[in-house]
Order: sequence, then C-alpha cells, then structure tokens
Amino acid sequence: MNFLRLVGALYRPTGVISRTYCPGATESCRLSDSLVEALSAAVGLKNISTSYAVREQHGKDESYHEPQPADVVVWPESTNAVSKVATICYDNNVPMIPFGTGTGLESGVSAPRGGVCLNLTKMDQVLDLHPEDFDVSVQPGVTRNALNSYLRDTGLWFPVDPGADASLCGMAATSASGTNAVRYGTMRENVMNMEVVLPDGTIINTAGKDRRTKKTAAGYNLTNIYVGSEGTLGIITKTTLRLYGIPETIMAAVCSFPSVQAAVDTTVMTMQSGIPIARIEFLDDVMMDACNKFGGLDYPVAPTLFLEFHGSEKNVADQAEAVAEIAQMNEGSDFQMASDPAQRKKLWSARHNAWYAGLALKPGSKGCATDVCVPISRLPEVIVETKEDISKSSLIGPIVGHVGDGNFHSLLIIDPDDPAQIEEAHVLHERMARRALAVGGTCTGEHGIGLGKRHLLREEMGEGTFNVMKALKHALDPKNIMNPEKVIPV
Amino acid sequence: MWPIFDYGRFVSIISSSDVYGVVWMRSLAQLHKMANLRVLVGVKRVIDYAVKIRVKPDNSGVVTDGVKHSMNPFCEIAMEEAVRLKEKKLAKEIIAVSCGPAQAQETIRTALAMGADRGIHVEVTGKEYENMTPLHVSKIMAKLAQDQEANLVILGKQSIDGDNNQTGQMTAALLDWPQATFASEVTKENDHLKVVREIDGGLETVKVTLPAVITADLRLNEPRYATLPNIMKAKKKKIAKHKAADFGVDLTPTLEVVGVEDPPVRQAGQKVESTEELVAKLKDSGVV
Repeated sequence: MNFLRLVGALYRPTGVISRTYCPGATESCRLSDSLVEALSAAVGLKNISTSYAVREQHGKDESYHEPQPADVVVWPESTNAVSKVATICYDNNVPMIPFGTGTGLESGVSAPRGGVCLNLTKMDQVLDLHPEDFDVSVQPGVTRNALNSYLRDTGLWFPVDPGADASLCGMAATSASGTNAVRYGTMRENVMNMEVVLPDGTIINTAGKDRRTKKTAAGYNLTNIYVGSEGTLGIITKTTLRLYGIPETIMAAVCSFPSVQAAVDTTVMTMQSGIPIARIEFLDDVMMDACNKFGGLDYPVAPTLFLEFHGSEKNVADQAEAVAEIAQMNEGSDFQMASDPAQRKKLWSARHNAWYAGLALKPGSKGCATDVCVPISRLPEVIVETKEDISKSSLIGPIVGHVGDGNFHSLLIIDPDDPAQIEEAHVLHERMARRALAVGGTCTGEHGIGLGKRHLLREEMGEGTFNVMKALKHALDPKNIMNPEKVIPV
Repeated sequence: MWPIFDYGRFVSIISSSDVYGVVWMRSLAQLHKMANLRVLVGVKRVIDYAVKIRVKPDNSGVVTDGVKHSMNPFCEIAMEEAVRLKEKKLAKEIIAVSCGPAQAQETIRTALAMGADRGIHVEVTGKEYENMTPLHVSKIMAKLAQDQEANLVILGKQSIDGDNNQTGQMTAALLDWPQATFASEVTKENDHLKVVREIDGGLETVKVTLPAVITADLRLNEPRYATLPNIMKAKKKKIAKHKAADFGVDLTPTLEVVGVEDPPVRQAGQKVESTEELVAKLKDSGVV
C-alpha cells in the first residue's frame, strides 16, 4: 500500500514541496520513547536528534526528489556504536538509512518508510596509511578532498573525482565514478576491502580483517557486492582504498568541433589509439553557451572537448600531440593547451562550473541530472538522438559527458513549480535510459538506482538476473530494513 | 654584524665622480645578482591544519602525541616561491631549514621534494623545543643566513600553532636587512625586489634592495604537491645536522606558558513565545 502511494507521489505531478506528499514524513518522531532512549544510550545523548529540521535536512540530497525525513537522526562515533544501533533496529524492525555527505543524486538518503538515519560523519579518521603499498583505510566521515589533503606529503592521491567533495565510503556505496575514471577507474576498481555492519549488528570485513592485497582469488567477491549497494545490504564503516602517484606533470587542453559526431569520433579514436588520457569531457553547444554566459568566457559555442593529460613531461607532450592530430583530422579547431596550474584552472573553469552554469540559464530552476552509459562506439548516435529528443521538447537540456567511458549526463532544467515540466523531464529521462539500454548500455553510469530507476534496473537486468539480486537482498537483509525501497523493491 | 657584501653600495662610495665607471660596475653588479640568489627558506613542522586540536587535561598545552603533523601552510607557500624563483633562473640554490626534534627532518624532506637543494636541521628537543620562541629561531636564522651567504630569506608569515608573526621581522632586524612581510606578489627588478604586501587597508607595493627578508602570505602562490619521483630524488639530497649552540644561540626560555584552555562551550539559546517575554528576558539579563 505504501509502495503504491510512493509510486503515485513520484509520478504524480507535484507542486511546491508539501509535507502531505511524503508518505512517511510527520512532524513528530513515530518511534516509541523507549526505542529513542535505547538509541540515545547506544550513541550518547549529544549524538541523537528528533528535531524536524534536522530530520528533513537528512532526508534529501542533491537530487530534485522531495525530502523524505527519517524519524530520528543519530551520529554514531564508532563501528561498535553503529553495531549497537543496528541491533536495536533489527530487534524492532526499524528501517536504517546510512548518511554520508548528502551529495547523492538519486535520493539514496530519503526515508520513505521513516526509521533511523545514521549520520556517519563523526567517524572521520584516516586509519592505516601504507604509502609503500599504495593503500589507505578511511572512515565514512573522510571526504575525498580531506583524504587528498592528508596525503599531500606522501606523493600519493586518490583520483576518483565525482565532482562533489563526497564521503569516500558513500562513494563506495554508490560505486561513484567521475572525470578521472577513464584512466584511474571507478570505485569498483579501487576499493580493496570494506568493514560493513550487517542489519543485525554483525561486523564483517568483506575481504577479511586488515587484508589489503592488490589482487585476490579467495572466495566470493563480497567487496564488490557491497560497492554500489547504496546502503541496501549493510552500513559501510571503513573502506580500504587503492592509491596512485600524483602525476608529475598535468597538461590541460580544450578543442572545439563543428558537430557532436566530430567531437565524439575524436574521443573514440583517442581511446582506440591507446592514449592513456586522464580526463576527456564533452560539453555540447548549449552547455558551452551557458558556461560562456556564467563565467564571462568566450569559447566558441560549439561541441567542445576538455582534455587532461597526466605523466612525465615528455610523456604528456607526446600524448597531447597525438590527440591534437586526431582532433585536426576531425576538423577540430581552437586547440588550446596549458600546463601552468593557474592557466589550467582557467581553461577548465568552464567544465568545473558546468552544473551551475546550466542552472543559471534559468535562474530559480532546478536541475534533473540524467545519467546513462553506453559502449563508446554507440555514443555518437545516442547523444545525437538525445539532443534531437530534447530539442523537440519545451525544456533545455545541456549535455556534459565523460565521453571516454561512454557516459553522459543531460542536465534537464525544470521549473520545480511546474508539474508539466517535471512530467516532461521524466519522460525524456525514461527515453534516454531506454535508448541506452537498447544499444547494450546501462540506465546509470555513476549516479546509482536510488528511488527513480528501480523499474529500469529490472529491464536492464532481465528477470533471471534481477531475481538473483532479489535473492541476495533477501539473504543479507531478510527483514528489509536496510534503506528500504531503494534499488530492489521488496 | 657585517651584512652580505653589497656591490652596489661599495661602488657608489668609491667612484661617485666617475659616471662611466659607476655604470659599468653597477651593470656587472646587476649581472652578478641576476641568477645569483641563494635563498634560505624556513620550514616549520606543526600539527596538520585539518586536525581537531585537543587541550591536554592538565592545561599545559595541546595534545601532540600521535597527532598528524605536516609543514606549516605558510612555509609551504614560502618554499613554493623559492622554487619558482629557481625555475625562473633567478635563484641558484635553495636551502631549507627547520628547528626541532628528529621528526623535523620529515618536513625538510618534503621541502627537498618540492625543490630545495639541501637541508639544515637544527636539532632542538624536549623542554627546550616546547619553550622555543620566535626570538630563538630568528637568532638562528640570522646566523645561518650569514654563514650560508644567503641573500634572500623567505619565511611563512606565521606558524599556525604559534600565530606569532614575529620570526621574519626579528630575523631582518638582527641582520639589519630590509623586510617585506605579508607578500602576495614578488617580482625581481634589476637589483631589488618589488613586493606587493597584503595589509589591512588593501595592498601596498614596496621596493626592497637585496639582501632582504620576505614573509609569505596566503595569496602569494599555490604550493605544488610533492610527486613520487621527486620524493625519491629528495632522499639523496643532503641534510646537515646542527645544534643551536653551534650558532651561539642560547635556548633559555624567555617566556613561560602559564596555561592553555579550550574556548568556552557554546551555551544553548532560549526560545521565547512573545515579544513581551523577549523584552522581559533582555531586561532581566541587564542587556536593556
């Protein structure tokens, strides 16, 4: 019954954020006093709150979905505290929602059935750094910028960069990716081990306690089952990450193209030439126009590629030359390069501000960030078709893409008070996802399934695979209290 | 204290009547100074800026055991500026100096990985280290500047533990060198430096002749990260070890820290139901 109301709330055109549309949200906490007392005892009196403002803040992230607050928010300060909270919730069948930095894009932290939100940011220690082995373990409160600042003296860094300064354990939970993935991989490739608290309070290490090897063939790959599980199988309390050497030289470049096809063809050829490019980002003409207006820049308003090369000085120069040639072959123009940090920043400022620039096209609007990923060879046709689709609608949808991975986002700009626009955005989004699925792609390259893409997950996986996923969810979370309603509806 | 031999002044004294002689000697002097900066950079090991500081239970100081330490951020900026001078071929040698216990060598190694040519570790330990103040450090820096024949000393404007903002100024005074503090831009022009300083009223531009002391402010530059190959190379660079006594400096404390306390805990606010109640409460507390 609750699920149907939820689906209704999502697909019914919604107006101003109204509490009555949130099936689980109420002014007061619906948990019993004794339960709240038990939680207070587990985490400490100063680490618990039932105030509505706090709960509402924890019920939303950076997506455009409405906030759905939990009944209580707790701040455990240790894995043992998390385990105690989990035991209490398990014994009372109360849902649990892990919360990191709240920077997700698919409403992963909303609490449609209420419950306990565990804000893990007080666990903010960097543990066990091993520079010689290129690994480090971190607690959920450590964000990627905090870790890279901690590592700055060691010559190492953690390159996965989803844009926001997100919690690393949260990034593991959503299998985050970003602009550097084309060279350094996503979280899937860079998480070596995780400490997870199961719904019943048991603490496990997915690769065994304190194990940190570059590779292993031991047993089932539990680490990668939890990476991307979006809090639906357990609470991540520690992640062991693979580190890389800070690049000796970084060079940035920008190049404009006469058409989307030319830009994406350049990308495809670059990848096929085996050039170890570090970042290759695509911005379409609508986005370039937005960035010019927002930043007072004067880039040509045309499909543009933003590139970054990492390596030794000679290495980087060779890479840049090779790509410049490929770009020229595809009628690229206005090729600019920079290696000085200040100039590089300026050159890339358009890409960095893309989200805000897009929103600034219509001040007061909200952005619906879409996310699909397809094999690179099919990218040109998918982007071109998507652009056509958007141009036929009443919405603006500037496109940003990590084209080296075949992943792109169209930022659909909507007026949050106009139900027709919200509906239109949904429809466009669905068509984008199905277009990707039709060419062997996925409905989400990096944002996750969350609330909005559960039906697409089923289509993408097919009955057989989906049933295996359901079985896994049932085996690891039989009471369905871990972030219920997300990823796999039960 | 005899400062570094200053060609410019010497020349103008001996041949003020011979214009051509002065010009010729001056340009030689300028050439001599062009790629000839030997830069002394002070780098201090402090608790990392991201760490939450805790006061010791006996209020004698802050907890430092087992806490992450790193190079003072303003020292990083000073070091970066020296490396940029070298890259522009204006400096020929950079010496990184740190005063402290054995772990200060890690900080010097980071400076070497950023581009310093060699390091000097002045070993100060235990109580002497805890009680060390800018006066002691500046005496050591001044003596070092003379011994090493440096003609430019770059320091961070202050350290994030002491927040004293004194070492640069004292060092310049002891050396009788000009000082340009809170530098946000340094340009070399002929035989002097043009420095833009960040002051309360805005920006001030000064010219200082060499040799000089500069202290680095936040916007001077963005320091580079040490890369693995540079860290490897740094292991081979030399760090000379000394004691304060080698420089004739007595580390007897001149200040005594009486106590260290946490700032007061923030009190909870009070909610009132009406304006009347608000005014009544304000009157009661004596505010109105």
